Amino acid sequence: MGDESPLLKIEGLRTVFRTSVGEIAAVDGVDLAVPRGRTLGIVGESGCGKSMLSLSVMRLVPPPGRIASGRVLLEGRDLLTLAPAEMRDVRGSRVAMIFQEPMTSLNPVHPVGRQITEAMRAHDKRASARELRDRAIEALRRVRIPAPERRFDDYPHQLSGGMRQRVMIAMALACRPALLIADEPTTALDVTVQAQILDLLRELQAETGMSIVLITHDLGVVAEMADEVAVMYAGKVVERAAAVEIFASPQHPYTLGLLGSIPRLDEDRERLLAIEGAVPPPFALPKGCRFHPRCPFAIETCTRAQPMLEEVAPGHLAACIRAPVEQAVELVA
Amino acid sequence: MTPLLEVAALAKHYPVKQGLLGRTQGLVRAVDGVSFAIARGETLALVGESGCGKSTTARLVLRLIEPTAGTIRFDGVEVAGAAELRALRRRVQVVFQDPYASLNPRLRVGETIAEPMEVHGIGDAASRTARVQELLGLVGLAPFHAQRYPHEFSGGQRQRIGIARALSVQPELVVCDEPVSALDVSIQAQVVNLLKDLQARFGLSYLFIAHDLAVVRHMADRVAVMYLGQIVETAPKRTLFAAPRHPYTRALLSAIPHPDPGRRGRVAHLGGDVPSPMNPPSGCRFHTRCPHAQDVCREQPPPLREIAPGHASACHFAEDLPPFDAAEGQGIAPLAARRLALYAAAKLRRSGAAARG
Repeated sequence: MGDESPLLKIEGLRTVFRTSVGEIAAVDGVDLAVPRGRTLGIVGESGCGKSMLSLSVMRLVPPPGRIASGRVLLEGRDLLTLAPAEMRDVRGSRVAMIFQEPMTSLNPVHPVGRQITEAMRAHDKRASARELRDRAIEALRRVRIPAPERRFDDYPHQLSGGMRQRVMIAMALACRPALLIADEPTTALDVTVQAQILDLLRELQAETGMSIVLITHDLGVVAEMADEVAVMYAGKVVERAAAVEIFASPQHPYTLGLLGSIPRLDEDRERLLAIEGAVPPPFALPKGCRFHPRCPFAIETCTRAQPMLEEVAPGHLAACIRAPVEQAVELVA
Repeated sequence: MTPLLEVAALAKHYPVKQGLLGRTQGLVRAVDGVSFAIARGETLALVGESGCGKSTTARLVLRLIEPTAGTIRFDGVEVAGAAELRALRRRVQVVFQDPYASLNPRLRVGETIAEPMEVHGIGDAASRTARVQELLGLVGLAPFHAQRYPHEFSGGQRQRIGIARALSVQPELVVCDEPVSALDVSIQAQVVNLLKDLQARFGLSYLFIAHDLAVVRHMADRVAVMYLGQIVETAPKRTLFAAPRHPYTRALLSAIPHPDPGRRGRVAHLGGDVPSPMNPPSGCRFHTRCPHAQDVCREQPPPLREIAPGHASACHFAEDLPPFDAAEGQGIAPLAARRLALYAAAKLRRSGAAARG
């Protein structure tokens, strides 16, 4: 990171939903930083709050949700204090987002080229139609779509899943954002296409110097992309470190569980090391450490006090009183 | 011993009709001459990208669609007439990919699981209810779940319901059509482990469809890799992963993301999309994307030929391909490996003597 300030800094972010059982927090006090030109991977299972976190950054939290507290600093400016019109300007031009299912994010009744020029038009009222068309074709070329002049007039259903995700990326990058939030961008795709899209994102990052927030449930995908990693569980960050560090020395039992769940080629295990159970819903969080009911290392203390996110090695934070587990394991009865 | 399922030269062609008169303009060769066999208690994995014909093959085996050509023999008997088909319908069950779309939202989970038994006239209402309770326990759900509706369950739990439904009529073969593709990695592992446990317990055979070779590693005894409607390589699991002899198999292996940031960017990935099955490339269908393609590949289709006992490849250069190591650079860090072992041990201790290694 050096001494450069991070592009995006999230401080004490809390996103809550008002429900019949009271107010529940989908994002519960999250601190994160995304360095310039680098990739932060946010990893966790469905329901851990990672998507709600990214929607909070975009200020697109669906009602009845709202951001209760915290700061989202983009290039030093708190996005949460911006007027709606200012925020609209930020979206697309400074921060853009791509989603898991490109088919539902594209309008099926318009050609893809027109959808890209529309996004450009929103941020550039003066450009001529001809100019926008050229720029959109250029955008399609940048995401390595063959024969972009012909693809410009294609409808989404005429494209393969991988091509659609490329179009989404072209659209997201049309206005050269400083930050791209990619929410499970490859989850619905074949492994071969996933590899292509991840390669493309890395190449585009090298070309443009943009920062990326990559949201995924797969630590394998994180290893392919991320420089920094944050592991989320039940609305909280439970571990944070550089990617190299987190794979060399995973600390939190939840991170271990995610790592053990990945089917691997180098090992002929008969059974996968699954995490039993599921993420608790935000209205039924267990007392103490939120992971303790699923944690094989949990002790009585874990059921009482919520562990703080503390530094376990330089630049490596973990919220677990049992970490590192090799020291804890002797104490198990 | 006769295999439980034997499929020979199976094909499914869809005519493409255009214009006012609906004239046939061409054929989509979704499945184009596929043969394989599955022994009792065995898992055969069918792997390939979207559009390779693997799901169509699954539907043909289930006889949800009629084959254009080829034969399906189940337990030694060719499935031709209505009588065989009726027996097949009970003895072969299916678990679908999408646990959201494959459960009826208006039926309670207990009704969904009991439905196949009703259709086949198995037991009375009381015995079926008892069986539903038993099945829920088998797949790791609780008896009270029978009264709930599908929307109250997570994706992984719904897949467990789908598995319970498939098992309700005591099938011998279960066709699993991408049963874990829509699930989180952590939940995938749970479901894969469950399928393996059930197989050991009931001696089930699986036809396991997947687009991801990594998942297959933990499920299959044998693997068949499909590309554009044809099998391009088939081998016992260990052989296929240790020494793949078709460039497409290698490409699928290279595409798997590894939990090792050190490997990043060092692997060349397969470019392009799967060509249209309506107009497949001449010669070897893979030649347009193959890094090893020569002139002969553009001209002559390579037959699927045995290159070692039980190992067949449809590549002109199967024997001449350079060495390949799928797990290259994938070493998990020693400290991480140690902690994973501790995690596994602690988990085993917690789950008590009931758990198996």
